Amino acid sequence: MKDMIRAIRACKTAAEERAVIRKESAAIRAAINENDQDYRHRNLAKLMFIHMLGYPTHFGQMECLKLIASAGFPEKRIGYLGLMLLLDERQEVLMLVTNSLKQDLNHSNQYIVGLALCALGNICSAEMARDLAPEVERLLQFRDPNIRKKAALCSIRIIKKVPDLAENFINPAAALLKEKHHGVLITGIQLCTDLCKVSPEALEYFRKKCTEGLVRTLKDIINSPYAPEYDIAGITDPFLHIRLLKLLRMLGQGDADASDTMNDVLAQVATKAESNKNAGNAILYECVETIMSIEDNGGLRVLAINILGRFLSNRDNNIRYVALNMLMKAITVDAQAVQRHRATILECVKDSDASIRKRALELVYLLVNESNVKPLTKELIEYLEVSDQEFKGELTAKVCSIVEKFSPEKIWYIDQMLKVLIEAGNFVKDEVWHALIVAISNASDLHGYTVRALYRSFQTSAEQETLVRVAVWCVGEYGDMLVNNVGVLDIEDPTTVTESDAVDVVEIAIQRHALDLTTKAMALIALLKLSSRFPSCSGRIKDIIVQYKGSFVLELQQRSLEFNSIIEKHQNIRSALVERMPVLDEATFSGRRAGSLLTTVSTSSRASHNLPNGVAKPSAAPLVDLLDLSDDAPAPSSSDGNFLHDLLGVDLAPASAQSGTNQASKAGTDVLLDLLSIGSTTPVQSNSSTPDMLSSGLDNQKQIATLDALSSPLPSAPANSSVGASSMMDLLDGFASSPSKREDNGSVHPSIVAFESSNLRVTFNFSKPPGNPQMTLIQATFINLSSDAFTDFVFQAAVPKFLQLHLDPASSNTLPASGNGSVMQSLRVTNSQHGKKSLVMRIRIAYKLNNKDMLEEGQINNFPRDL
Amino acid sequence: MHDSHARFHSPFSFRNFNLTSLLGRRNREKRKKVQCPRFTESARNSQFLFYYRSFDLSIRMIRFILLQNRQGKTRLAKYYVPLEDSEKHKVEYEVHRLVVNRDPKFTNFVEFRTHKVIYRRYAGLFFSLCVDITDNELAYLECIHLFVEILDHFFSNVCELDLVFNFHKVYLILDEFILAGELQETSKKAIIERMGELEKLE
Repeated sequence: MKDMIRAIRACKTAAEERAVIRKESAAIRAAINENDQDYRHRNLAKLMFIHMLGYPTHFGQMECLKLIASAGFPEKRIGYLGLMLLLDERQEVLMLVTNSLKQDLNHSNQYIVGLALCALGNICSAEMARDLAPEVERLLQFRDPNIRKKAALCSIRIIKKVPDLAENFINPAAALLKEKHHGVLITGIQLCTDLCKVSPEALEYFRKKCTEGLVRTLKDIINSPYAPEYDIAGITDPFLHIRLLKLLRMLGQGDADASDTMNDVLAQVATKAESNKNAGNAILYECVETIMSIEDNGGLRVLAINILGRFLSNRDNNIRYVALNMLMKAITVDAQAVQRHRATILECVKDSDASIRKRALELVYLLVNESNVKPLTKELIEYLEVSDQEFKGELTAKVCSIVEKFSPEKIWYIDQMLKVLIEAGNFVKDEVWHALIVAISNASDLHGYTVRALYRSFQTSAEQETLVRVAVWCVGEYGDMLVNNVGVLDIEDPTTVTESDAVDVVEIAIQRHALDLTTKAMALIALLKLSSRFPSCSGRIKDIIVQYKGSFVLELQQRSLEFNSIIEKHQNIRSALVERMPVLDEATFSGRRAGSLLTTVSTSSRASHNLPNGVAKPSAAPLVDLLDLSDDAPAPSSSDGNFLHDLLGVDLAPASAQSGTNQASKAGTDVLLDLLSIGSTTPVQSNSSTPDMLSSGLDNQKQIATLDALSSPLPSAPANSSVGASSMMDLLDGFASSPSKREDNGSVHPSIVAFESSNLRVTFNFSKPPGNPQMTLIQATFINLSSDAFTDFVFQAAVPKFLQLHLDPASSNTLPASGNGSVMQSLRVTNSQHGKKSLVMRIRIAYKLNNKDMLEEGQINNFPRDL
Repeated sequence: MHDSHARFHSPFSFRNFNLTSLLGRRNREKRKKVQCPRFTESARNSQFLFYYRSFDLSIRMIRFILLQNRQGKTRLAKYYVPLEDSEKHKVEYEVHRLVVNRDPKFTNFVEFRTHKVIYRRYAGLFFSLCVDITDNELAYLECIHLFVEILDHFFSNVCELDLVFNFHKVYLILDEFILAGELQETSKKAIIERMGELEKLE
């Protein structure tokens, strides 16, 4: 054995060591095969050493079992040792050992019983626990204290494995609490603590029967004379102290009577324990924890918090660490008292020891409230400048979270976030800077201030990517405010920024952060916006944009081409295109961040609910703004879809208003939104196609189905440039445009003129309720073309058998003359042969014209095919 | 008896231990200024808070005990929770990395996955205990110290080589000291006496 260890130690290289081990392993295997009795335990010892070095030793498992089954103590000892080292409770082999264990637990030699108990305690599985629990229970009353304490710990293992067995152990465990033998007492207390954890009955029992006894025991130890055997650094038996305090904590927690019983003794411990030794502090620490956990006693808690205060000012790092740990718990009990130590805790955040820093940061995070957020944030941000790289990420996350949660005012929030971005922009998470942009967009009076501040910080900290993104976005949006010094606050230093300076910022960004697509895309959009804000720089901006025409990144290439085209050929719409973003809805955004999982139904209803929001903003079609956010939008998820909905909901309404239609079919918009939520990835291409869709509402001559483009998953070119009416939107004249095919899933259909006579025109608008392809909602609009009003207007319709028709009442039965008004009526058609047959309908319209009965009839065959 | 204790009050008195004299590395050691161990946290933080809120109903016990030298060679490894061999090696490697470069002025506690490692260095050996995050760190620190004292008594001036050549005895002592992840006996005298009895049976 020693020779082998020596040989292994003599090895100079790992290869040599492996060779020695291989040789030894081979020899051991050979010995196992020969069933060598005499050297078996020596071989196993060697195996264990080999195992410790990390080499495979599974072939020795059976040897353990053989050794355990042999008669002598030395063999058994090595056998059990091997069992505990080489096997664990999950191995099948262990089943074989249960019988040997049972025999050894009943052995006449108490040392062998000890071995068996020890092995059982360390590797007992649930089955073994069930099988051997009676033996262990019996051994709790064994005459030798060494066995009793081992049995107690074994019982802990057993009840942890099989909590059902707990009730059998309650009585013997209670008996152990009266023990005089120190080791047995300590293990007995542990057993009781664990029983309380797994079994409420045990807790109740010990609470009633043992609390007073335990308090007395604790009192005795406190006042006991010096006992060298259990003395640690001059403190009498700290381990027993700690175990007792733990058990008392279990008993006192949630029970006022028990807590009352132990108040005095806890006060004694707290005042008597020496605090200049580690062992003494360990007791104090446990005592404080117990005081915090048991039922309220104001005086004791003050004492406890004071102890923690002393800990916190201790020079020993370990003590400070546990103090921070405990204060975290104390904060739920007495936040005010913890606040008093704020300054010290803040110092701990700056400690060089990562463990302390982390604890302190957690604690500070819990300490922040409305009243102290400003000084605390100031300190943390100052520290951010000098902290380690490893710690920055964590610190940044916490600071951001604090700032967001407690910011008393907008300007402060923006200021603090800018500071964080400057110091640790690379550690800021996406949702945090998204939230910042939303907040900036909402603080309309601070736009100028923010963009100027960002401009200045960009000059110094352009290496922080997140800062660059926010700066680029703001410069794009509010570039004019930057140059014209709009809304200067008193606290600002006056700056002069020329238009070309502002463009410089974006140019630097697009070039420096050449690797990150998001930043680049944002910069491109900012450039487009600036080209409209600063006409004098338009040419230069165009040059920058053109550089990306050949980009290998499809997104950039496409954007570059589109924007180039806008700048070159569509001066007239450019300013309308690049209007400022409408204010982003903060509530929706935060709701989205909170990850509220909304069903499709609720999202769509919510989106339409938000429509007025967008209409209230009378800006013209902010199409490019869509691009902005679609760039920001992270990978699609249900909640993201929601956000996009809102965006589109906000944007579409003004778009339709602008394109001259007086009614954007609301139902149509909803369907569109639904579509978008399905059309998973970035719906950037919606820019040119959305207005088309809406304007086509009244224009059935120019049928287009642009939505197919919307739902296509890639940012493919919006391919509907053939649409005559929307030729002004034809941004992509460089691309071969093919009219896209109608797909069956194209749920939005152009409206048709269903019937027209000299007196009357009937128009049908279609929509499909989501989730029911067979159903079509038809909105019929009747317009009187004659010069006299219609009265007693009645519309009737008939359909073939495969259709079902439901007619809602008409909005009126009189129709004003000369198209000065219209009557609306809703129809609901269910097509049982959906996909096979298209709709067909006969209509009859009766009305009185100048008191003369009129009847018009017709058949409608020009329904869109896939209704 | 009393005097001999005085010697061990602080961990630094252990520098007189033979653990040092034999290895004799202390003087040659150049403490490199290495950055603190890197944690990947966030998930753990929330778990930590969870532990706190649920007070201490979590089952507290020692998860494992490791004895490693500065090179990371394991001199003793005792697991009280079942782990695969590969997982054990990983744990040993990670714990060694966590503790080996920490400044001696730092706390003796490092967070390790969802638990906490309480470690103490004696000459070239690191004694590490893995316990639950809410457990009493100071007590376990005292525990390690007591274990080292017991070893020192048993081997009379213990050194690393004693532990290597008598590793099975070290396990035996440990089994008398800690069982099933719980403290079994806190009296040095009792354990030494018990070991004496067991030795006689060999």
